[in-house]
Amino acid sequence: MSGPALVQAPRPRADLLLRDVHVVDPRAGLDARLDVRIRGGEVTELGAAGVLAPEPEAELLEGRGRLLVPAFFDPHVHLRTPGQEHKEDLDSGTRAAAAGGFAAVVAMPNTAPVLDSAPLLRSLREAAQREARTAVGLLGAITMGLEGEQLTEMAELRGAGALGFTDDGLPVQSAGTLRKALQYQRLCGGVVALHEEDPALARGGSMHEGEVSAALGLGGIPTVSESTMVARDAAIAGYEDARVHFQHLSCAGSVEAVADAKDRGGRVSAEVTPHHLLLTDEHVRCMDTRMKMNPPLASEADRQALIDGLRAGTIDCIATDHAPHARDEKEVPFEQAPMGTTGLETAFAALYTGLVRPGVIDLGLLVARMTAGAELFELEHFEVAPGRPANVALIDLDTEWVAGEQGWESRAENCCFGGRRLRGRVLLTLSGGGVAYRERALEPMAAA
Amino acid sequence: MNHLLSIEDLDRGAIERIVERAARFAEVSDREIKKVPALRGRMVLNLFYEASTRTRSSFELAAKRLSADVVNFAASGSSVEKGESLKDTVLTLSAHKPDAIVLRTPWAGAAELVSKWCSAAIVNAGDGKHEHPTQALLDVYTLHERLGAIDGASIWIVGDVAHSRVARSNIIAFQRMGAHVTVAGPPTLIPRGIEALGCDVRYTLAELGSADVVYALRMQRERMTETWVPSLREYAACYQVNGARLGPRQVLMHPGPVNRGVELSGEVLDSPQAVITAQVEAGVVVRMAVLYELLAGARPSGLPPASRGVADAGGPREIRARSRDGGAAGAPDAPSVPDVAGR
Repeated sequence: MSGPALVQAPRPRADLLLRDVHVVDPRAGLDARLDVRIRGGEVTELGAAGVLAPEPEAELLEGRGRLLVPAFFDPHVHLRTPGQEHKEDLDSGTRAAAAGGFAAVVAMPNTAPVLDSAPLLRSLREAAQREARTAVGLLGAITMGLEGEQLTEMAELRGAGALGFTDDGLPVQSAGTLRKALQYQRLCGGVVALHEEDPALARGGSMHEGEVSAALGLGGIPTVSESTMVARDAAIAGYEDARVHFQHLSCAGSVEAVADAKDRGGRVSAEVTPHHLLLTDEHVRCMDTRMKMNPPLASEADRQALIDGLRAGTIDCIATDHAPHARDEKEVPFEQAPMGTTGLETAFAALYTGLVRPGVIDLGLLVARMTAGAELFELEHFEVAPGRPANVALIDLDTEWVAGEQGWESRAENCCFGGRRLRGRVLLTLSGGGVAYRERALEPMAAA
Repeated sequence: MNHLLSIEDLDRGAIERIVERAARFAEVSDREIKKVPALRGRMVLNLFYEASTRTRSSFELAAKRLSADVVNFAASGSSVEKGESLKDTVLTLSAHKPDAIVLRTPWAGAAELVSKWCSAAIVNAGDGKHEHPTQALLDVYTLHERLGAIDGASIWIVGDVAHSRVARSNIIAFQRMGAHVTVAGPPTLIPRGIEALGCDVRYTLAELGSADVVYALRMQRERMTETWVPSLREYAACYQVNGARLGPRQVLMHPGPVNRGVELSGEVLDSPQAVITAQVEAGVVVRMAVLYELLAGARPSGLPPASRGVADAGGPREIRARSRDGGAAGAPDAPSVPDVAGR
């Protein structure tokens, strides 16, 4: 591959002393109040709280016990570039990521044009090297134009820097085509990430099929539309011994199918979104188009199964599926609205508020699942450890804020958590050693 | 009541109030001059995104009998075909300051959405497969006229429930009025989860004889090409309401237009049990009652508050006086149509 897997615009290297921060890094086994020194964009020293001496050339930040975590990794976002910059672009999308505590995101190739050739992918990587605030990884398409027929030049795409492949937004409907892509993976490597949906079952649907869709007269998408395809593709991947990643699981049946595949030793992984972990089809009753996404919000039983899967490790990581749309595109009747919700700026706070504070999962597990995406794409995970680049997020868990009340960093405002009171505000995000986001309310850092 | 978006918004008392008012307006329809000045100076805009003859003309007649000005705006042949969004169309038409917009669209929730974009009272005249509240009101009115009371009645709604906004509104309205509702039809056309609305579900008409009222839904021919049912012939064999299935004391309803020979056989359609033309007749008076309820208390847009008294007093008094003269309604307090306070 030419160059690094993740790219971002160069930023000044940070020199910081984070004094008395509560470091939670489950992989490093850290859960303690510490001083963290960052010099030249690298974590250089950890010490007991209040022990490390300030240095004149470094800013001093008083943590006062606030949370410091390895910055999050989002394996599933839509940055809408090229071609749909009225929804989002590399700058606004990665600003949103940084504001949510993410140091890296993986962008989907369903742009206009589709990222289905090496020159396109290369030019987008170059644009990210100029514009992206956080690290960006790119997936290439599995099939030309996402049409599900002709395979892309996967080896060339890998050579141009594709982290892997996906037709996200659409399923690879033909089992034969998917099988060929998985065979080709032996040549070029790269994870194949799958959006699972059976068009014959999902057709005409705009929400989860159940009591709410029946009451609203909206076409329903049955959960078997997703779960049967997960089971099918897990079987094909097992047959080819291929590495596949199942995107945005939304229902109990899919969790079972992934668990079965893992039990059989399949090289499969899976992600789940904050909205599927926190919301159900009951939230669609008001026909708020921010609640329209694909896969749709399912039943409470499905939500519980997703939480159980996340706890058990059947679901490996959390992904936002950040899907920005312009206001006028969403200000239409529900059936006409495009699918998708933004999620980068609210992911941590929504999950902390909805799952950690009520005691459903603990903070360490949330941090682990919000950072695990890196390993799934064969990248080194972020860590708060000496000698590692500073990819960290400082978070105030006590601040309550209303999502979207002060606007969004994203160009889009179609966030399903918009208007909710959330706990946990990201104050500072370092990505690749540079400051990618700093909350305005964060007190000025005193020089020592 | 600021809008009529969903039958869900009306409790039993509100439905009864509209039905009672409609009964008083029925007298107007029998006059030589079928008009009262209750909504003089008000403008009603019919905004229709779907082909509709009977609903639109029913609203138009209702508005005209109340002396409102009516503007019809059909989506075909308009700016909508040039790509204008619903919101832009509504904002543009709102510049004419309509007092009410009667809206028919193929999209669920559109009426509620439009109610947030403009100050006019919105009447949902059908939003996709979601709701058709004035149809439910006129059906309640028709049954009320026919049966006296709906309480305890068993009502079967037969046919394509999945694609029917009429079914959804009527399941709710009939139950609110104390009826027991059963939906019956092919399993492909009964939406999963519909029983959560409180109705029973049957896939055959074997027990149809237990119904007091049989409400047949329109079976659209395109449902066959979409393979919801194998053939209309088989559909008719299994689900057609005909002389063999309909008992002599059962009331037959249909929202129209009827596919003669598909969901209904000619014999039952032409029988005295069918109240289908009564439903059409009820449509006008019920829609008069709805428009009256929404607009009679409100100040006509564009007029200063000072002229309000004249406009308000004119309408109701007119009705009161004529009703007394004619004595049609019978009930002593019937003529006092308006109950303006508290709306």
